Amino acid sequence: MRRSSAASKKKSDSITSSTTDLFRSGPSKATSKEMDRIDHLFNQYANTSSNLIDPEGIEELCSNLQVPHTDIRILMLAWKMKAEKQGYFTQEEWRRGLKALRADTLSKLKKALPELEKEVRRQSNFADFYAYAFRYCLTEEKQKSIDIETICQLLDIVMGSTFRAQVDYFVEYLKIQNDYKVINMDQWMGFYRFCNEISFPEMTEYNPELAWPLVLDSFVEWISEKQA
Amino acid sequence: SLSFKMERKTIDLDQGWDYMQTGITKLKRILEGLPEPQFDSEQYMMLYTTIYNMCTQKPPHDYSQQLYDKYREAFEEYIHSTVLPALREKHDEYMLRELVKRWSNHKVMVRWLSRFFYYLDRYFIARRSLPPLNEVGLTCFRDLVYNELHSKVKDAVIALVDKEREGEQIDRALLKNVLDIYVEIGMGQMERYEEDFESFMLLDSASYYSRKASSWIQEDSCPDYMLKSEECLKKERERVAHYLHSSSEPKLVEKVQHELLVVYANQLLEKEHSGCRALLRDDKVDDLSRMYRLYHKIVKGLEPVANIFKQHVTAEGNALVQQAEDTATNHAANTASVQEQVLIRKVIELHDKYMVYVVECFQNHTLFHKALKEAFEIFCNKTVAGSSSAELLATFCDNILKKGGSEKLSDEAIEDTLEKVVKLLAYISDKDLFAEFYRKKLARRLLFDRSANDDHERSILTKLKQQCGGQFTSKMEGMVTDLTLARENQNSFEEYLGNNPAANPGIDLTVTVLTTGFWPSYKSFDINLPAEMVKCVEVFKGFYETKTKHRKLTWIYSLGTCHLNGKFDTKPIELVVSTYQAAVLLLFNTTDKLSYTDILTQLNLSHEDLVRLLHSLSCARYKILLKEPSTKTVSQSDSFEFNSKFTDRMRRIKIPLPPVDERKKVVEDVDKDRRYAIDAAIVRIMKSRKVLGHQQLVSECVEQLSRMFKPDIKAIKKRMEDLITRDYLERDKENPNMFRYLA
Repeated sequence: MRRSSAASKKKSDSITSSTTDLFRSGPSKATSKEMDRIDHLFNQYANTSSNLIDPEGIEELCSNLQVPHTDIRILMLAWKMKAEKQGYFTQEEWRRGLKALRADTLSKLKKALPELEKEVRRQSNFADFYAYAFRYCLTEEKQKSIDIETICQLLDIVMGSTFRAQVDYFVEYLKIQNDYKVINMDQWMGFYRFCNEISFPEMTEYNPELAWPLVLDSFVEWISEKQA
Repeated sequence: SLSFKMERKTIDLDQGWDYMQTGITKLKRILEGLPEPQFDSEQYMMLYTTIYNMCTQKPPHDYSQQLYDKYREAFEEYIHSTVLPALREKHDEYMLRELVKRWSNHKVMVRWLSRFFYYLDRYFIARRSLPPLNEVGLTCFRDLVYNELHSKVKDAVIALVDKEREGEQIDRALLKNVLDIYVEIGMGQMERYEEDFESFMLLDSASYYSRKASSWIQEDSCPDYMLKSEECLKKERERVAHYLHSSSEPKLVEKVQHELLVVYANQLLEKEHSGCRALLRDDKVDDLSRMYRLYHKIVKGLEPVANIFKQHVTAEGNALVQQAEDTATNHAANTASVQEQVLIRKVIELHDKYMVYVVECFQNHTLFHKALKEAFEIFCNKTVAGSSSAELLATFCDNILKKGGSEKLSDEAIEDTLEKVVKLLAYISDKDLFAEFYRKKLARRLLFDRSANDDHERSILTKLKQQCGGQFTSKMEGMVTDLTLARENQNSFEEYLGNNPAANPGIDLTVTVLTTGFWPSYKSFDINLPAEMVKCVEVFKGFYETKTKHRKLTWIYSLGTCHLNGKFDTKPIELVVSTYQAAVLLLFNTTDKLSYTDILTQLNLSHEDLVRLLHSLSCARYKILLKEPSTKTVSQSDSFEFNSKFTDRMRRIKIPLPPVDERKKVVEDVDKDRRYAIDAAIVRIMKSRKVLGHQQLVSECVEQLSRMFKPDIKAIKKRMEDLITRDYLERDKENPNMFRYLA
């Protein structure tokens, strides 16, 4: 549970001056009225005892936004918020995200989503988002890898719309192979590079003698055998 | 005072020249061979002095310039009037003879006239920077005679050369003299010889040999063609020695070699029934030596020969491997292993045979050493009937070194064979696999006292150490040392027993303590030993603790041997069995009949082990136990009884346990070691380089490990990924093909 103790105190204090102090230095200066509305929105979904938006709250938010729970846009929202724990939004994270989106009401938030998606899909941001998606799924303290099943779901969400074929093949491969039970960050990022650099399904540029992760070497081999 | 005046009469030019003419005419007559006495010293002096005077007279009577010109004109006149006509009317060889004569004459004329006119050389030419008299004379001949005739002469010479090539006798001295003209006329430079004669001669020679080669290559076998080529080269060298200028040798040889050997190299070497391959097949050592000699001098000439050699040796080796493979699949298991031993012998013989070729036919040339090595590396790494070459080689060594091994050889022959085996190891890429198999078999020989000869054991270790380094043999050496120490230790143990009679277990006990790191790893089971043996273990433990306190003893009962007295009805027989077999048999001291399950429970063994044991005692050659039902294999519902009726003509019999297939475990162990080795290599490299590209890292890794094995690229990649997960390395953020060492 991460929330700054300062923020929790702020709830009981009068919000006006101190919150504006806290946020005045930010790039998009939220007015105190905006911040009030943002906090108000937060409270609508937050669990009162933990003062976090928990999975239930997120589900409700999703239904109100008319966005499926597993939609990539929620993940993008989490990215914008720099949310650290999967399934939870802290107040600080909420504020950060909505302030950046200039959304202080639900309808504004809904309207902000397409723009957010465009922003994330910009080449300069997507790699960061892609890496974020992986980290977001690491739930345990020292966890470094994610199980195959989760990876398959994540791939579908994150890359499904842009690289449908690669994702479908790779997911199929991951499910039938036995060498790997988990995928680590290096392999995860490798797949991203693979989608961006290698033509599919020809894969003529692929050279297993380069530093591609071994799982991708095996993947490419498997496809070649299938095509033969 | 006396005034002394030397009055010299002034010589007029015409007057003086008339006088000189008489001398010149005389000289000409001598040269023409007409009856004319030689110049005497007075005549000579007169002529010389005339010139001297005419040059030293006071102007306008100093006639140096005129005399210089007239000197040259004398030659020109003679050449035009006499020399050229004489030459022009002759042809071919006659012309050559005339030319030689005329040149010789000319030189004489130059010599004499330049002596007469010598005074000009002393002052006049230097003052006016003019060519000296000698040069003027020679230049006349060159400009008037040589320039007109050199082409005709060259044609005549070349015609004679070709005539000689066709086998006819020619006048070699004549040609030498003619060609000397070309050289001398160059006046210190070889240009005239090279441009006016040599270049044409080389072209002609090239086309001559090109014609010859094109017909010989069709008609002749490779050996015959080579003989002819060798002969031609020899003759051409002789030609140079006899009449060509020595500087022509390398150029001429190169041309001949090119036409005969380079142009047709491929056709010659690849000739179907007589080419290089066929010569190798038919062991034509002389022809191959000739081939080497001929192609040795040609740039990159030996490469195709070495290549064919390599292919041939590889094919021979592959055939041996295939033979062994075929025999193995067609025959039963035990004869197959004999075949594998035969294979190693044959490979050694193959190596010996072709090493002789490399040393003798191919004069120890590195190209051929390399070809032999590469050929052996190809087939020496093939698997035969499921056994790797590393294993075959280790088994071969075992057969030589163990008692009752398949080879009955003298000490010398054994030494020699071991030497050769170690050399073969150089070609095997999985050296670590060999080491592990060797170690396992060495352990068996040492522990079961099956080593035939200690000296041979040590000798091969020395050889292996020399070839592969100390680390390769350190464990094996440790094993041998352990055995020596074990004997000493046993003596102490027996002393201890002597001093502590209460501790005596009542059974003769010999314990061999092994240093863990040196020996292969053995599984040890917690078999329930019979009470007698448990006592032995305790006693030894007690003794051992008096010697060292800080070591842990782990008992490997699977390696033990037991001598049991079998009290059979007919006669007692000593049974030599393994400890496990003994444990089974001793159960029958207290009970007559036991079921499989009884035995299993009492001994606490695995099914696999127990079946093996019971089989050896009830279904094999010696049936110490009777099995019910008496089927051929052991099943879990069987029961067993001591066979008191058992007998044999021997008083002592060994009941062997079929050996467990160690291959799988060896391969597993080696794979595990390789993973560590690759890890260590990667870390070592990255620690020193800090940042390195992927391909470079892989190739350095392969190189570092090549002494022991050829690492799989995939395996290296996997280890790298593991090291990334363990935070030893990271991928560079900018360049995914670069890696960084994380301290």
